[in-house]
Amino acid sequence: MVERSPKLDFLAHVILILGVVVIAFPLYVAIVASTHTAAEIFQSPMPMLPGPHLVQNYREALLGTGNAMGSNAPVARMMFVSLVMALTIAIGKIVISLLSAFAVVYFRFPFRMLCFWAIFVTLMLPVEVRVGPTYHVVASLGLINTFAGMTIPLIASATATFLFRQFFLTVPEELVEAARMDGAGPMRFFWDILVPLSSTSIAALFVIQFIYGWTQYLWPLIATTSDNMYPIVIGIRYMMAGGESLTPWNLVMATAMLAMIPPALVVILMQKWFVKGLVDTEK
Amino acid sequence: MAVEKRVVFRSRWLPWLLLAPQGVVIAVFFFWPAGQALLQSLQQSDAFGGSVSWVGLDNFRALWSDPVYLASFKTTVIFSVLVVVLGMSLSLLLAVFADRVVRGSSLYKTLLIWPYAVPPAIAGVLWLFMFSPSVGIVSYWLHALGIPWNSLLDSTDAMALIVIAAVWQQISYNFLFFLAGLASIPKSLIEAAAIDGARPWRRFWTIQLPLLSPTVFFLISINAVYAFLETFPIVDAATQGGPGTSTSIMVYKLVYDFKALDLNNSAAQSVVLMLILVAVTIVQFKYVENKVHY
Repeated sequence: MVERSPKLDFLAHVILILGVVVIAFPLYVAIVASTHTAAEIFQSPMPMLPGPHLVQNYREALLGTGNAMGSNAPVARMMFVSLVMALTIAIGKIVISLLSAFAVVYFRFPFRMLCFWAIFVTLMLPVEVRVGPTYHVVASLGLINTFAGMTIPLIASATATFLFRQFFLTVPEELVEAARMDGAGPMRFFWDILVPLSSTSIAALFVIQFIYGWTQYLWPLIATTSDNMYPIVIGIRYMMAGGESLTPWNLVMATAMLAMIPPALVVILMQKWFVKGLVDTEK
Repeated sequence: MAVEKRVVFRSRWLPWLLLAPQGVVIAVFFFWPAGQALLQSLQQSDAFGGSVSWVGLDNFRALWSDPVYLASFKTTVIFSVLVVVLGMSLSLLLAVFADRVVRGSSLYKTLLIWPYAVPPAIAGVLWLFMFSPSVGIVSYWLHALGIPWNSLLDSTDAMALIVIAAVWQQISYNFLFFLAGLASIPKSLIEAAAIDGARPWRRFWTIQLPLLSPTVFFLISINAVYAFLETFPIVDAATQGGPGTSTSIMVYKLVYDFKALDLNNSAAQSVVLMLILVAVTIVQFKYVENKVHY
């Protein structure tokens, strides 16, 4: 910082490295466990170095087996379900929020502020507290076990609208004036100027909402009953349903790895936007 | 930043069209169910939906006199306090040191934020696997050290398990915000204090921490909401509310009762959670409004 303090710097590195190790330890254990057979894991203590069964385990997990007491559904299908959910939620939310934020910021119409507050209220109650009645609504629309039923209720919150509204308010007035002078209508302005300007926010929101959609657990648990519509986070839970000693831990850990890789990739590849977007959104 | 735009577009119908998608979605999937929850919490119907009768606040009175519900309330509070305090202090520690370090700071940053991408359910599964009394590697070490760890039978151990999993999950989020908060403190303040002879420890307590207070407060409410609601997958994967009901936090109990088709009871539980959340949001907003923006 300001003064040279080699002792403090050394302590800093020690603590940071310790932090990294503790954070990474579960991941390491999962990687190792996913490369052994179930029998090897059950022998306490389980081996701490990777084993030779990597390809076999991952193939078994992805394609589904018939051996365990819990769920045997193929993980490949579950990854597909999770991917569809994550993409639908991220893209759906971004699209409808861009439109709503544009309407609320750039137009004057009766009940405008009421609409804004109505949208804002949805920030206060995440899906967990309205799980029961939302289930009834979705069931009565016949959307149980469908992608629509799993994703649309999760698009109903206003995080993205709020962010875009904040951003739109910082866009200089001159741009709108110039567009109007050139005879551009509102939608032209929206497409050609506003959306390109918002690309950083859109990217950041995409990361956050993709992760949100990929990790959704409670709602899909309620909204699906057939195992070919389970996202991977639910599937892994059911793989452990047979109880501790009957769970194929090597396959469970392989599935856990598969469940972690896509969102981790998205975060790491888009890290710059993600960090900026996360900090800016909430403040 | 303007609160209103000076230049706007004129159109009678376009704004309504633009609002329609979001409007329809939140009307059907937010307001309608939320209203239903409120309504159902004030009613009592028989299990097969035959007859519905208005009972006013009876469901709530029943909740307050239900020892299982009160126990889950207490469990949730203990759990949340532990998650918030531990999660925030550990990440603050890491953030302060990461802010200080010059070399390798972006590597540390990447290595410490990737758990944000881990789904809570997976965090629950991973820690369950490591602490599982029979196959877990950490429980093997604990047993070797003479500690009788058994999260399947001992409720303190089970609580420790879910707290550890939840804190592990949240460290990266808190770390990010603390890091950003620390970076926004003007270097000139720190330098001035150093020139006046303040050591790093003193500088932390008198300058950095007070200036971080908006971040701290913000993170407290985010972590509280996280602990109350978003830890459901961790509990479901790691302990299933057990042993018995000792780790059955409120949201877990709510879902459990809902699945048991106890409609009005779970609606009342939902309403209680809603009220708590609204209170937290209001408090957070009021506080943010009173804070000076730098």
